[in-house]
Amino acid sequence: MIRTTLAALLSHWLRSPLQLVMLLTGLALATALWSGVQALNAEARAAYATAEGLLADGGTAHLEHPSGQIAPAQFVALRRAGWPVSPVLEGRAQIGAARVTLLGIDPFSAPAAAGPALAASDLGGFFGGLGYAHPQTLQDIGAADMSLRPAQAVPVGVVLADIATVQALLQADGQITRLALSGPLPPTAPPLVALAPNLRLVAPGEGADLAGLTDSFHLNLTAFGLLAFAVGLFIVHSAVGLAFEQRRAMFRTLRALGLPLRHLTACLAAEMAVFALFAGALGLGLGYALAAALLPDVALTLRGLYGAPVPGALQFDPLWALAGMGMTLAGTALAGGQALWRLWHMPALAPAQPRAWALASQAALRGQGLAGLGFAAGAVGLWAMGSGLVAGFGLLACVLLAAALAVPMLLSLALRMSERLARGPVAQWFWADSRQSLPRLSLAMMALMLALSANIGVGTMVASFRATFITWLDLRLVAEVNVLPRSQSEALALQEFLTPRAQAVLPMQRVDATLAGQPAQIYAMKDHATFRDNWPLIAPVPDVWNRLAAGDGVLVNEQLYRRAGLQPGASWLDVPGLGALPVLGAYPDYGNPLAQAVLGQEIFARAYPETPIRQFAIRTADAPALIDALQDEFGLPLGQITDQAQAKALSLAIFERTFLITGALNILTLAVAALALFAALSTLAGMRLVQLAPLWALGLTPRQLAGLELARALVLGALVMVLALPVGLALAQVLLAVINVQAFGWRLPLQAFPADWARLGLWAMLAVLAAAALPALRLWRQGPQALLRVFALER
Amino acid sequence: MSALELEHVSKSFDSAEGRVQVLRDLSLRLEAGQSLALTGESGSGKSTLLHIAAGLEQADQGRVLVAGQEIGALGEAGRAALRRGHVGLVFQQFNLIPSLNVAANLAFQARLSGREDRAHIRDLAAALGLEGLLQRYPEQLSGGQQQRVAIGRCLAARPALVLADEPTGNLDEATGERVLDLMLGLTRAEGVALLLVTHSPRLAARCDGRAHLRAGVLASALDGAP
Ligand SMILES: Nc1ncnc2c1ncn2[C@@H]1O[C@H](COP(=O)(O)OP(=O)(O)OP(=O)(O)O)[C@@H](O)[C@H]1O
Ligand SMILES: [Mg+2]
Repeated sequence: MIRTTLAALLSHWLRSPLQLVMLLTGLALATALWSGVQALNAEARAAYATAEGLLADGGTAHLEHPSGQIAPAQFVALRRAGWPVSPVLEGRAQIGAARVTLLGIDPFSAPAAAGPALAASDLGGFFGGLGYAHPQTLQDIGAADMSLRPAQAVPVGVVLADIATVQALLQADGQITRLALSGPLPPTAPPLVALAPNLRLVAPGEGADLAGLTDSFHLNLTAFGLLAFAVGLFIVHSAVGLAFEQRRAMFRTLRALGLPLRHLTACLAAEMAVFALFAGALGLGLGYALAAALLPDVALTLRGLYGAPVPGALQFDPLWALAGMGMTLAGTALAGGQALWRLWHMPALAPAQPRAWALASQAALRGQGLAGLGFAAGAVGLWAMGSGLVAGFGLLACVLLAAALAVPMLLSLALRMSERLARGPVAQWFWADSRQSLPRLSLAMMALMLALSANIGVGTMVASFRATFITWLDLRLVAEVNVLPRSQSEALALQEFLTPRAQAVLPMQRVDATLAGQPAQIYAMKDHATFRDNWPLIAPVPDVWNRLAAGDGVLVNEQLYRRAGLQPGASWLDVPGLGALPVLGAYPDYGNPLAQAVLGQEIFARAYPETPIRQFAIRTADAPALIDALQDEFGLPLGQITDQAQAKALSLAIFERTFLITGALNILTLAVAALALFAALSTLAGMRLVQLAPLWALGLTPRQLAGLELARALVLGALVMVLALPVGLALAQVLLAVINVQAFGWRLPLQAFPADWARLGLWAMLAVLAAAALPALRLWRQGPQALLRVFALER
Repeated sequence: MSALELEHVSKSFDSAEGRVQVLRDLSLRLEAGQSLALTGESGSGKSTLLHIAAGLEQADQGRVLVAGQEIGALGEAGRAALRRGHVGLVFQQFNLIPSLNVAANLAFQARLSGREDRAHIRDLAAALGLEGLLQRYPEQLSGGQQQRVAIGRCLAARPALVLADEPTGNLDEATGERVLDLMLGLTRAEGVALLLVTHSPRLAARCDGRAHLRAGVLASALDGAP
């Protein structure tokens, strides 16, 4: 009995293979986009874990000096007193074709966290000047003068070597960046204040934590993965629903012939489960390929934006596959549950032909409208009262869902109005018929709405951001040349050399600190027109630059200003070593995950003496000549000198990469929506014949009918596009004013980009046209025979 | 034990114009090997009576017994099992499974009830003039051809009770006669009870008994009916 039933159920798919392909494609795409994003997230998180085991602020406590340098004498004193300290030198350098972080450690005293990296290496080579790096880093470096060995356990972008080797490479003899604690403190050890009062003990995990910093980025990806998954489920839902409608006659016959309802339901559920497993496996493969293709860009973004070392190659994790499959099964249950539920409640004698749709759908429309209103109310509530990133994404979801659910009602309204205005019988029929076929198309239209509004929203957000960012970059990067000294002695020599040759030499000094409970950096700013004239400020106090130069307060970056809720002119900020200082203003600081504060140069020097100069920004009228002179005089490699154009290009590249993934996911979502529409239209085509045949009998040609079918799809698509525009703008506003503030700490003005929207509209129309073309073409070609059959069969 | 027994069955529908009483305290008995023609105006409730007899629809009042089992006492699964094992149904329309070809449709109910007899099915296909159409799909058949497949499918499962709703409505007179011959022949040879809805007085006259449905009651019935 089961076998016979299954065979009958499955025979439907053999007769409509296109529908089967759609169902499987929808499921596979939904799985692929979702699991692909999950794979990216998992890979990045695994990389953070490796990195934190080895790099700064990792699994062990350490000692540091505000200036970022520790005197060798202090190391010796601590060591003698029984403190289990191990010296570490960390610096940036150009090796081969890549800029890397050089990490110098003492292998004998290094904490166990460095163990996995060291186990792979032989100590002899280590002392002999060998460096160890992730295979990916080795690939980036290419040919280098330094001898390097691959080591999987070293984070990407880092070269691990003996501290003496690193000191030589950085020309930083005897320098120590921090002292790692390699074991528990013996009880006899004298306290830190007695030995080295200027050093600070940093507990493990207290510093910048990569997982925390990058959370927002991953949440962003997850949100997009979920959106794509939802759009994919729309396809599945409509394919399952249509297959159900088309098999109504079969269900009725099966039950009349004595098949128990329980068996029928079970068989249908089994059928769906088999499809889910098959499509899920397919989707996992696709998702893996997608993640592998996107990972290099994601890795670059994470490295550029957060300095997070993520390798560009993907590992396979069976747990990930299991989770992805679970998601597919759950999604299928969600998308197909309604059909099963309806079957379960269908009387045995339910009409074989789909019942008067207009009637049944009135209630459905009202229900959808109510649900949409509920989500809209939720959105208003979250906007008014919610806080935090999760509330922000909740708001986003509410806006999207409310808009999608409102689509059928609004379309129905628009079509009803057109029907009123229509003159002539064909036009009247066209609008009435469009309204009647709306219930069958509404899911696809909702998917289209989701995809289009998400596209407009994200596109507008990125474009607004980009416009703001470029203006800001031009103001921020006014120095014509930037130079990185390799050591402190070189810094002093450079300053002496440059001062008479340039219009201005602006040294860059910074210390790491904790501000308002957040990991932060404090910069020194020389009083100069470069800053006074160019730095855009948010809510500055009057006379801000003079007060800053006089040491009468601090500037904070927008991130710190928003997160800590600081009010320039009213708030005070606790600055280590200086006490509370008035906040004078905030400055935009896009792309920086950390909090930041700026002090006048004098007060900075008083608070943090002997802070090394990390960089010079140089104002000059003749940049090429100055660069040449620097190279001649100091033999500085090109990697240590950047001109303005380079710096801008670098910043822009980081920016573009940040949204590359978003853009890719955006396009995929639109493609999935177009597919949903195609699925709906092509499965609908067979049923449409019944409606079209009378018109044909009354004298319209199949060609005219096909044209009308096309026109209908385009009209509906255009209406959805018009509806999607305000929704997209609302989404952009949420992204700019809520999500960005929560995730990155900056708020941007919304700007309009009508050309972009017009282009998207054009693409959407093309997608709709492509989706509607095949069914219309088939109608035109097979026209008379197919239409005649409707009459021949009287059904 | 009668093949089919209806005792004081009533049925009404709710419609836009209010309650429509279709069957009123209707009783009927049909023995194995007997055939009964059911006539009546369009809308008089013939199909409704058939559906109630098959357990597809529930009576508001009264008892329905098929092969001695009371349908009302059975659950949905029990009614399905009863149909599978004892009842053969031919609807007015939409009988066939559109995605299965004629051969598969013919054998379907027999397979479902585990009584497939290939030789029997081949004979039926020949008797119904379907041999040339076995590989076609329902949408490629005429209305009358479809109806003959539905009759074949019903008879192939060797049910004890055949409920046929205007099975010859789509057929020309000659074919209709032939199909009825076949059905009546089987009824007598194998002891099948046949309840046949028809508009044709000629066909109705060939059955053992005739009943006319009017205003929800049977005007005349088979001998032995209460
Ligand atoms: N599900 C239903 N809901 C409401 N009214 C119904 C329903 N099914 C049947 N009816 C009504 O019950 C009455 C009997 O219908 P039925 O189909 O039994 O008639 P019939 O005698 O088979 O007619 P025909 O000869 O045209 O097939 C009709 O008036 C019909 O409108
Ligand atoms: Mg009828």
